[in-house]
Amino acid sequence: MKIAVCVKQVPDSWVEKKMDGQVIDRLGVDAVLNDLDEYAIEEALRIVEANSPTGSAGSESGHEISLICMGPERATEALRKGLSMGADNAILISDPSLAGSDSLATSLVLAKVIASGNFDLVMCGTESTDARMSVIPAMLAERLGWAQLTHVHKLDIDVSKSYAQGVRSTEIGIENISADFPVVVSVPDKINVPRYPTFKGIMGSKKKPLIIKTLDEIGFAAETVGMLAPWTAVNDVIPRPPKSKGIKIVDTGNGGNELVAFLEEQRVI
Amino acid sequence: MSVVILVDEFDGKVARSTGELATFAARIGDVTAVLFDENLLPQLSEFCIDKVIVVSDANRNSPAEVAQVLSQIVKEKSPKAILVTSTITGKEIAARTAIRTNSGIITDAIDLASDLTTTQSIFGGALIVKARVQSSCAIIAIRSNSVDIDVTKSSPAIERFSGSISESLERVLSVEMAAKANRPELTEATIVVSGGAGTKGDFGPLEEFADSLGAAVGASRAATDAGWYPHSSQVGQTGKTVRPQLYVAVGISGAIQHRAGMQTSKLIIAVNTDADAPIFDIADFGVVGDLFSVIPQATAAIKAKKP
Repeated sequence: MKIAVCVKQVPDSWVEKKMDGQVIDRLGVDAVLNDLDEYAIEEALRIVEANSPTGSAGSESGHEISLICMGPERATEALRKGLSMGADNAILISDPSLAGSDSLATSLVLAKVIASGNFDLVMCGTESTDARMSVIPAMLAERLGWAQLTHVHKLDIDVSKSYAQGVRSTEIGIENISADFPVVVSVPDKINVPRYPTFKGIMGSKKKPLIIKTLDEIGFAAETVGMLAPWTAVNDVIPRPPKSKGIKIVDTGNGGNELVAFLEEQRVI
Repeated sequence: MSVVILVDEFDGKVARSTGELATFAARIGDVTAVLFDENLLPQLSEFCIDKVIVVSDANRNSPAEVAQVLSQIVKEKSPKAILVTSTITGKEIAARTAIRTNSGIITDAIDLASDLTTTQSIFGGALIVKARVQSSCAIIAIRSNSVDIDVTKSSPAIERFSGSISESLERVLSVEMAAKANRPELTEATIVVSGGAGTKGDFGPLEEFADSLGAAVGASRAATDAGWYPHSSQVGQTGKTVRPQLYVAVGISGAIQHRAGMQTSKLIIAVNTDADAPIFDIADFGVVGDLFSVIPQATAAIKAKKP
């Protein structure tokens, strides 16, 4: 079985993010592997481990996990982290003409790489913590013509039957859904607890294949690159007007009543 | 010039967010609503809708199938925009429609102007972004609770969808509807009461307070990670983003992780024992005190006011 995990490098989500003009400031802050992608890598590793004769991932498992990423060359750091968790190899699509790409272009590039790789499963996090659109998994399924099992917090894979079944929770309720391979899967953070890379894993990751390719090298002709131009223009980025200072009281036995008095004053009740 | 909206429904009812989409669409042009469940047709006259395209197949509502319908409508009618509600499914429908029609897409908009400029609130509300899709049709997903609904009644013209839809590749084996009636859904609620580490796992007083206000209950990541409350109720950077009229943070310190999911709420109230907790920086009204005495007292005061 071949599993692709789509990952992204993002500004660290635990620090305050900034804008550089009309794009996210990616240089002034630490860049890390998108937290939510770690759950997809972990789930891919668990699927392989459950179906490996040795119980572990890697070449002897008979399965392969490839990380696929689009981003600047610096994103190799994020890919190394995924490799140190246990993925087998990684491919980074890095090209100056991809700077400022939107989700349409990103999904086009990722789908191109996936389509040439003979994969059974594509795993994604539910969203990146920077753009937060949560559209790439559905876009990949649409472009590839594959089934989608998105936002599944429980996933069962039957390799012998090329079959995936998942449980997802949406605004509607809890759905039990299934599909045959090939499938695009996205997993939320409650599906597992991602492992920390071990020392051995970190050392081993340095020897694993990590290839950087340009658009030309993945088969985009120069004239199709125009299709990658963003369809969305940002006109303005304004800091939110500061909130006027609120009221703060110390409870001396009447705090709850004062809270309700405030709600009445604001006509909430 | 027309704008197409996708009717959002839940449990046999047209969702309130549909009225919001109609209100936004009417700012731009004629409003055409796309409806999958014909039984809901009478409910649409509550909103400012000029025309309804009835698909008459309530079961063909997977993102892949709905996107086929919307993209065929884009090709036939050349609308200026397609508006959907920014939910999990709504965003997937928008994503697939954008691919099928090669249109630009914007998600999580909180406002839409007559020239199709959208407003988004990013980085947990720290910044406001104004953007515009430049393709001939714009695919825009709008968050619920973004606008007061225009309640002008209408008697929309009805048209039948005649295109064909190929079946989606996923099979839905079973659906367990979200528990209804008890409490409103987090992202749809006008009041949200959330608990954090300060609850020490006891959400009882907070739930009683929420019920006295008819509010949804949320939780911080600290509370969901501890297993005190379901992950689906998590508000924050890695959870849900809410923007209710009133947000009450109970025993939540207000780390950036949490603020990112709630700080654009219209009114924020915080109750916390730590007077220096960052949540007080964004609260309109803060009570420094023990939630186990403040919250039950507030619940009693609200109940006392009800007839």
